[in-house]
Amino acid sequence: MRARPDPPPTPLLEVNRISVRFGAVQALEGVSLEIRRGEIVAIIGPNGAGKTTLLNVVSGFYQPYEGQILFEGRDRTQLRPYDVAALGVARTFQNVALFKGMSVLDNIMTGRLLKMRGSFLLEALYWGPAMKQELEHRAFVERIIDFLEIQAIRKAFAGKLPYGLQKRVELARALAAEPKLLLLDEPMAGMNVEEKEDMCRFILGVNDEFGTTIALIEHDMSVVMDISDRVIALDYGRKIADGRPDEVRADQGVIDAYLGVAHA
Amino acid sequence: MLELLHAVLVAPFKDMAGSPTFLVEVLIGGLAAGLMYSLVALGFVLIYKASGVFNFAQGVMVLFAALTLVGLIERGAPLVVALALTMAVMAALAFAIERVVLRPLVNQEQIILFMATIGLNFFLEGFGEFAWGSDVKKLDVGIPDTSFMAWGVQVNRLELTAAITAAVLVAIMAVFFQRTRVGRALRAVADDHEAALSIGIPLNTIWIVVWSVAGLVAIVAGIMWGAKSGVQFSLSLIALKALPVLILGGFTSVPGAIVGGLIIGTGEKLAEVYWGPLVGGAIENWFAYMLALAFLLVRPQGLFGEKIIERV
Amino acid sequence: MIYREAGQFKSTYASDQAVFPILQDRVIATLALAAAVIGLPLVASEYWLQAVLIPFLIYALAALGLNLLTGYAGQVSLGTGGFMAVGAYSAFKITSAFPGLNIVVAFLLAGLAAALVGVLFGIPSLRIKGFYLAVATLAAQFFLIWLFNKVAWFTNYASSGTITAPPRRMLGVMVTGPEATAPVRYLTALALVALFAVIAKNLVRGRVGRSWMAIRDRDIAAEIIGVRPLRTKLLAFAISSFFCGVAGAEYVFLYLGSAETLAFDINVSFLVLFMVIIGGLGSILGSFLGAAFIVMIPIFLTNVPHLLGLAMPVALQKQIELMVFGGLIVLFLIVEPHGLARLWQIAKEKLRLWPFPY
Repeated sequence: MRARPDPPPTPLLEVNRISVRFGAVQALEGVSLEIRRGEIVAIIGPNGAGKTTLLNVVSGFYQPYEGQILFEGRDRTQLRPYDVAALGVARTFQNVALFKGMSVLDNIMTGRLLKMRGSFLLEALYWGPAMKQELEHRAFVERIIDFLEIQAIRKAFAGKLPYGLQKRVELARALAAEPKLLLLDEPMAGMNVEEKEDMCRFILGVNDEFGTTIALIEHDMSVVMDISDRVIALDYGRKIADGRPDEVRADQGVIDAYLGVAHA
Repeated sequence: MLELLHAVLVAPFKDMAGSPTFLVEVLIGGLAAGLMYSLVALGFVLIYKASGVFNFAQGVMVLFAALTLVGLIERGAPLVVALALTMAVMAALAFAIERVVLRPLVNQEQIILFMATIGLNFFLEGFGEFAWGSDVKKLDVGIPDTSFMAWGVQVNRLELTAAITAAVLVAIMAVFFQRTRVGRALRAVADDHEAALSIGIPLNTIWIVVWSVAGLVAIVAGIMWGAKSGVQFSLSLIALKALPVLILGGFTSVPGAIVGGLIIGTGEKLAEVYWGPLVGGAIENWFAYMLALAFLLVRPQGLFGEKIIERV
Repeated sequence: MIYREAGQFKSTYASDQAVFPILQDRVIATLALAAAVIGLPLVASEYWLQAVLIPFLIYALAALGLNLLTGYAGQVSLGTGGFMAVGAYSAFKITSAFPGLNIVVAFLLAGLAAALVGVLFGIPSLRIKGFYLAVATLAAQFFLIWLFNKVAWFTNYASSGTITAPPRRMLGVMVTGPEATAPVRYLTALALVALFAVIAKNLVRGRVGRSWMAIRDRDIAAEIIGVRPLRTKLLAFAISSFFCGVAGAEYVFLYLGSAETLAFDINVSFLVLFMVIIGGLGSILGSFLGAAFIVMIPIFLTNVPHLLGLAMPVALQKQIELMVFGGLIVLFLIVEPHGLARLWQIAKEKLRLWPFPY
């Protein structure tokens, strides 16, 4: 548990009664939540609860059939994914969506794409403004590489890395976009204790140093307890708890959900 | 300008209404051609449904089957023996393909497998010509390429036989995939090779079976095509037309292959006969592809295909 | 031992991002370039220039174009022949309409025309992926060939239906037409392909190349990161078709002299695709290696039996060519899907240790 100063009043992200359906499957139903600037929020729930779907809706990949999403106070429910990214939302994916055919360095550099201006004509020539910009971005990415301690693998092909390192590279790529809101989908899945500790350190570091707001989906309760300011629990597409970690852990509904007690 | 609009949007339909018997004959011709495409497309669907591989070489397999059959007949084998031997050859081919091409590439991305079948296509083209020679051959299966009159319209015996054969094949295949255990196993294989392997489905055997059956379909298609226009290399180019058929019908649907083929066949013929003269003819070269393209824009999964839901 | 990079440290990001970071590579590249520009025209015979080197350079450019689209951006295209045809026929119309125009400018304008057509046929790529897109590009291929066949305006109403390259000078020397010598045409093609290779390399190692590869590897994740798919894909189609268009124009103006649509039919599309696959998808060097390989096979098949004293009838040669092409495609896809370029890289890796085993 961490002591923090009070966050500013306008929430960074507001989700109002979002519902998403795939054919006959109700993935999310009337979910409402808030994420305030500078917070670390954990989203928990049993498998199939709709956690990844929630992130996908925020990313703009799925369109909800009802409800509203506000980012920095402005409605952005219908935006396409690349516009959402342009607003300052970055994320990692449950199944590690690295670009397998590119090196680690190139992968992270793709995170900088939104910050890169320039016409392809200038780039065709490379010398001059295009090269200068490329080197500036390279310098920034190197800072992230230092921060996440992945210098040794920067030229390795992303597809060849072990799982734990791939997840770290994905985090680097998300950070490269200098996001306001970072969405992490099970960033510690499949890691051992040491790797998880490293990852926790990085996530806390990102939040401390850069002030990035973070929402992460996580199954490991000790991690959730350690690093999150608030916890939101989902089950069967509905929100069943929202509050401080110790409150949510003690919530009967949450306990029931994880133990598989039947719902009405 | 008005003249142009009239020529494109009005005149062809007036032509059609003007001589209905001709229209019917054009339609029948189109349906017959379409059926030929369907037979080729059927082979595609079979392989795709059962092994997830988009077999670009299906057209060449049709040609190869026909070539083998004709070659054997020319060397004096009676029809039945020739047929049996051709089936054996196609099965051997299926075995070879599985061993040499499919097994090493198991679980590669679809696009890699697709390109491998393009390579296969070229290899078989060269090999077929090498083995059987490159001149056009006549194929006689005992059904005369003559017409008779039915309800005032000319109907071609050969085309009729083709239609009936195709219908029977389709019915058999539909039942096979939906009702039998093997059919279900095939659908599992098409979905995910490794998963199927891990639950004990004998992948290699199944692939050999499937490609052999596709070879059988290729033989039927080859016979029908060959009897109609002689066995020649333009057969493989015509088989490229099966691709738009698949797009229309969806890659995994047996009825889709038939309906798609019929639509493409009739569409092509109608376009050529009624709109072709406006632009100098030979619309048939590209009409099918344009139709498929237009279709893809509206309904990417085809008429009967499964809707693609992408997950992240 | 010789090929080691030990001792060559990079102290700036700029030197790290250079195209040839290792000194030995720079030496090799310079030597190769010198050989190509100075050595070959002096040494090579007319036959070699005309039958091998010039078509190699032209196909390399087309393969480069296709590699950008299919290898880097992941958009499968079977329409290469059609786009080359657009370049060829556009160049023909432009040079007949503007006789005083510099021939290279005409080529570039022809490339532009091809780029526009490429963008048009690339629009469906937003909705259509993978081999569906391949079939859609077939529509482009067949339609364009039919168009150039049917509409006599494109051939300036020639009764033979062929287009012929008009004679043009540049810097006082005949570059196209019957009097243009092989070395001159060779150098023109070389200059153009070298220029475009540099441009391609620059594009590929920067922002554009990365957005292409992102779309190729995981288009959904790419979109969520902020890559705009339609823009990225259309740029790929545009640039790729530009290259193919220029290659098509060169094909008629610097190589064949005159051509009809048959020169750009579906087989050309397949041929260039083979070059890209065998050479290596997603590799600039691979485009050259693949083009060289494919161009050499028929030469090999014509000349080797001759040398061995065997007679090879033309039909048989064609059949063997087809079988070899097809077989090699399958072989490469199984053994080394990244083609000759990867084999080259592996060889370089081995060279770093040679003569030591490890």
